[in-house]
Amino acid sequence: MVTADVIVVGGGLHGCSAALQLAKRGASVVLVEKDYIGRHASGANAGGVRQLGRVLAEIPLSVASMEMWHGIEDLVDDHCGFESHGQVKLAESEADLETCRARASALHTAGFEHEEVIDEKQLRELVPAAAPHVVGGMVSRADGAALPFRTVQAFRNKAERLGARIIEGVAVSDIRRDGRDFVAQLADGQTLSAPKLVNAAGAWAGRIAERFGEPVPLEAVAPMLMITERRAPFLKPVVGATSRTLSFKQFANGTVLIGGGYLGRAEPDTNRTILDYAKLGENARTVRDLFPVMHDARIIRCWAGIEARMADGIPVIGPSRTEDGLFHSFGYSLHGFQLGPICGSIIGELVTTGQTNLPISPFSIRRFAPSGRQSTGF
Amino acid sequence: MKTLSHVNDLAEHYDLVVIGAGPAGMAAATLAADKGAQVLLVDENPTFGGQIYRAVSSTPLKDRALLGADYWKGEAIGAAFSQSQADYFPGATVWQLSPELELGISSGGRTAVLHARRVIMATGALERPMPIKGWTLPGVMTAGAAQILLKTSGVAVSGKVVLAGCGPLLWLIAAQYLAAGKRFDAILDTTPRGNWRTAMKDLPGFLTSPYLAKGLKLMAKVRRQAKIISGVTALAAEGEGHLARVRYTAGGREVVIEADHLLLHQGVTPNINMASASNCELEWDDAQLAWKPKLDDWGNTTVPGIAISGDGAGIAGAEAAAERGRITALDALAGLGIISIAQRDEQAKPIRSELNRYDRGRVFLDRLYQPAQQFRVAGEDTIACRCEEVTGGQIRKAVTTLNIAGPNQLKSFLRCGMGPCQGRLCGLTVSETIAEARGSTPEAVGYYRLRAPVKPVTLAELASLKQSETEIRTVARG
Repeated sequence: MVTADVIVVGGGLHGCSAALQLAKRGASVVLVEKDYIGRHASGANAGGVRQLGRVLAEIPLSVASMEMWHGIEDLVDDHCGFESHGQVKLAESEADLETCRARASALHTAGFEHEEVIDEKQLRELVPAAAPHVVGGMVSRADGAALPFRTVQAFRNKAERLGARIIEGVAVSDIRRDGRDFVAQLADGQTLSAPKLVNAAGAWAGRIAERFGEPVPLEAVAPMLMITERRAPFLKPVVGATSRTLSFKQFANGTVLIGGGYLGRAEPDTNRTILDYAKLGENARTVRDLFPVMHDARIIRCWAGIEARMADGIPVIGPSRTEDGLFHSFGYSLHGFQLGPICGSIIGELVTTGQTNLPISPFSIRRFAPSGRQSTGF
Repeated sequence: MKTLSHVNDLAEHYDLVVIGAGPAGMAAATLAADKGAQVLLVDENPTFGGQIYRAVSSTPLKDRALLGADYWKGEAIGAAFSQSQADYFPGATVWQLSPELELGISSGGRTAVLHARRVIMATGALERPMPIKGWTLPGVMTAGAAQILLKTSGVAVSGKVVLAGCGPLLWLIAAQYLAAGKRFDAILDTTPRGNWRTAMKDLPGFLTSPYLAKGLKLMAKVRRQAKIISGVTALAAEGEGHLARVRYTAGGREVVIEADHLLLHQGVTPNINMASASNCELEWDDAQLAWKPKLDDWGNTTVPGIAISGDGAGIAGAEAAAERGRITALDALAGLGIISIAQRDEQAKPIRSELNRYDRGRVFLDRLYQPAQQFRVAGEDTIACRCEEVTGGQIRKAVTTLNIAGPNQLKSFLRCGMGPCQGRLCGLTVSETIAEARGSTPEAVGYYRLRAPVKPVTLAELASLKQSETEIRTVARG
């Protein structure tokens, strides 16, 4: 029997970040991961470190996380491949530009200034390779991108150096409350026991929530990505579009990453993802239209990670509704990478002090409680 | 057969798609088409034959003694295929095969997606990488590449030529070169002397192998005409900007010889790239020191509808490949309902007994020609991943200092296996190097997770794919 102060289930970025922050606050932590650290969404995503275009509720968290990204080496002793050349959204028409202006003014009203509308001249300075029909866009200058797997591994290694115990390649076969403690039975016969439990199990997190009587509308999805051979440098910022789905970025090494949230099929029980090439064809047409320079680029790999998407598209962060001592951090719905540093910190605070200064009520699991029972529980 | 030249000539559905026009693929396609299945054979090369019978219908080397009688056996298999009713698409690349049997096929800058009811992969073997110091210098090439030059163009590399490595094909290529009037300045045999001891117990089986007499004859012929140095335990290619010298150690003595070309070869391993990208399960073969697909007696993989035949199913040679092609075709025909299970079993009997003949003594060859550890693992300054120029030393350092457990985890730190070949060439070297550094086995360390496209596809090709139904609806709605 391994006893600790906290058990973290799930070795993605959110689990590792929580383990790191808990260990930093003096808690003894054991993290258990069924595959290896960063095997799924955390290691297989596009690595976008983006404030641009987030829903309002997430912005305070995103802004706080951005601060941490800009000091990432101090936090985890590794640069994580983080580069900040901004994120840009292209406007292809006057209507697109109007959408951008409305967005900027809504953010301004809410007190945020990080998204700026830019005209065609400014846009072409930032994205010289954009197609001739592009008329302007929007930029968030502090944004950027990092290397996903390298980042997760850095969080894991730092957590371990701070004293967290990491168990990889072993699934949790059963987890229950036994008096004061949560008791996790592992597939290799080990037993873990701790008074606090963090559910950071990503696409598999719904099973833990359900185990404690609070089922959630979580779907395991497989957003697809493609990468090209090295190309001559032509792009610094990460680029998206206003009225089409695109995530487009050139790494310093010349390779170009193409995504856009097109979904393949996820099989969480077998860890497999099946790609949908018709949709990737659509993704390729968007790139061809917006970046003519790319037409002869050779795609060398297509892939998809398994991610959790909530029915309302925003994550579940905070204490359980039904079980004292259980905390959730999952369901990041295709945009959780940037939030990794801050959400680990939020979980660290919640578990050790019971509170956080950041506004997390929109992410409470209570929003999925059956109606009429919303006031019960925590 | 009907030869296709454009992706628009492809049907949308086939009963059976066979990938690869070597002996296994041609034999499978011929048998299935002869029984009435609608068959497509897709192949990357401009002419059929695969590697072993490469250019058998078009080689400029008309003197039959040059490439040997075994090579010309390909003619009959090719002729039977030519007379079949199969569709044949040369110069075309299958860049993806999904577990639902959807295939992406590219040719001439266009791509198409089609569906098959059954698929037989006959994608053959790849030469095992031989990561010695200096192996990326111009002037160093694989012996298999030299053989391609000889078969397709009648060209042999010139100047001072050294052949090094081990395995039955090393002797075949040497014999073909010598027959073509070329000479070797030295043949460096790296077969570990200890292998004879471990292989001996399987010798009785090999004594009845049809390959024995051929092999001995080949070796005797090569020995008469070339200087062979056996027991080579270390090897390096040296030169400034181009190969100039080969440094080797034999019998504890280091020797340096001048060389313009160094041909390397240490056996072949199943080409598992497409199988792996299609989610077929793999297993480690400890005798052949390679991954191979997990198959049943009919060559079926763990993905329903996908079978593998020929050397891609495990190395067994060209003649066995054709028989294995026929076995997989029979099961495909039964699966398609064209023949009954009883007919399948009946027709497979003579093929299986023929196969048993070729399998005799295979273990002996596997054990005898198992390459030595020092030629499978990249040394300190030796490049393991050629695309991204990652050395054995860098891999060992990352593994020990960063908690790296396997090749997939290594990528973010070294970009190892992330270049244009996506680890398809360096996979074995990297797994073996990590295994050595961790004191583990390649089986435990695992292999790169390979993904489509199996071969690179251009953005424009992908963009030419038919629009999805949702997209058409979106566009229609404006």
